Amino acid sequence: MIQAGDTAFVLASAGLVLLMTPGLALFYAGMVRSKNVLGTIMQSLIMISVISIEWVIIGYSMSFGPDVNGLVGDLSWFALNSVGQAPSANYATTIPQNVFMIYQCMFAIITPALITGAFAERMRFAPFILFSLLWTILVYNPVCHWIWGTGGWLANKGVLDFAGGLVVHLTSGAAALAAVLVLGPRKGFGKQNFMPHNLPMTVLGTGLLWFGWFGFNGGSALAANGIAATAFVSTHLAGMAGMAMWTLVEWLHRKQPTTLGAASGAIAGLATVTPAAGFVSPMSAIVIGLLAGIICYTAVTFKNIVGLDDSLDVVGIHGVGGVVGTICLGIFASRAVNPGGSDGLLAGNTAFLGTQIFGVLVVGVYAFVLSWILLKIIDMVVGLRVSQENEVTGLDLSEHSETAYN
Amino acid sequence: MKKIEAIIKPFKLDDVKEALNDKGIKGMTLSEVKGYGRQKGHKEIYRGAEYIVDFIPKIKLELIVEASQVDEVVECIRQAALTGKIGDGKIFVLPVEEVVRVRTGETGKEAI
Repeated sequence: MIQAGDTAFVLASAGLVLLMTPGLALFYAGMVRSKNVLGTIMQSLIMISVISIEWVIIGYSMSFGPDVNGLVGDLSWFALNSVGQAPSANYATTIPQNVFMIYQCMFAIITPALITGAFAERMRFAPFILFSLLWTILVYNPVCHWIWGTGGWLANKGVLDFAGGLVVHLTSGAAALAAVLVLGPRKGFGKQNFMPHNLPMTVLGTGLLWFGWFGFNGGSALAANGIAATAFVSTHLAGMAGMAMWTLVEWLHRKQPTTLGAASGAIAGLATVTPAAGFVSPMSAIVIGLLAGIICYTAVTFKNIVGLDDSLDVVGIHGVGGVVGTICLGIFASRAVNPGGSDGLLAGNTAFLGTQIFGVLVVGVYAFVLSWILLKIIDMVVGLRVSQENEVTGLDLSEHSETAYN
Repeated sequence: MKKIEAIIKPFKLDDVKEALNDKGIKGMTLSEVKGYGRQKGHKEIYRGAEYIVDFIPKIKLELIVEASQVDEVVECIRQAALTGKIGDGKIFVLPVEEVVRVRTGETGKEAI
């Protein structure tokens, strides 16, 4: 039975989530050098086209279509066959199925865009498109089905993920780690200064991401109800707590609070609360945000020590955030907050924490291994990196024949 | 004729320009440059990565004067640009063979 309020809310949320992708483009673009701004923006922006077409042709059916052994949806909804205005029997039963389909499409778009921060400033455009498309088909769609699809095997084991701590943030973070290892560091890494060229652009992107995140997490209730409000509140509180904590830790550790630190902390808090948003109390969300601030800060600092060129910290913020948030859900989840969820450790349920850790291991290993193999194959067949000369010239000119600032 | 090139701290530009104006020097060329000498660069921190920025922004002034004015003008610039701290800059004096004013074709002293 279609509810007008729910339909309007999820449609508006879909719009909010779409806005996160150009927001992410700006967030990333501010952190690269001025010769790579457009190349970096394009890697996020073009996902709107590439993944939307993939999604309506096969992605939605693979993710949410009739289950095959808990592993993947079959292709009976190929090209949106039978996906129309009638509500689905299994998903979001109070809104037209095409609303649910387009809302989920926005998640599929931003997930491969998140990975691009790891290989910023050095990947050719054509193999990037190929990788993102194959990755979405082989990693995103199955993992989405395991956790959110009816009959998905991780969902059947009791793994919970409210809005994408595993499906979005851990898959992209694990893929980012594989990309860092396969592509290697940027030319001059550790010797040259790779300073962000425009941090105000990054802050603008942070604002758009935060705004969009209300649709990402709030909308994941798939109805305009109390759970949506709980998720909305959790999202905001974790974002603010993450920003406060990162800034504070950096101030103590480095003697100066930085703008990039504040922006990074906000994104860390928002990413970390994503799996938990609709399942935890406001005070738990604050604790999750605070943990995100200090743990993601430590992860990013650790990266600098080990010398991996995860250029824009996809692993340290989204990968680690997804892991921490999913485990935190195992600790802080409460049926009193959301009767449709689980009780966590603090409510006396140890088993659920174990289930969540199992989910992290399965998704993390699967996404890492598949991404590594995909990247290796594409590298062997067509080559992933730009030439040394083009890397010095910058992607804007070498891949797109234009420059951002004239 | 001599060319005076002065590398100074950016915030001292107005003082130097005013002092030169008072001396009757009514023209100069300015560039924003970066460089380092004894003054150390500064540190910038981005997500915990520390970058040492060696090249510090400076202003380079170039002006041509008659040989007889050189000592006076150099001292004028020096006094106006002085803070007493490392990084105040340097002044170079170079010989100039010829000056030509594009508009009129005047040369030498008249063209300065």
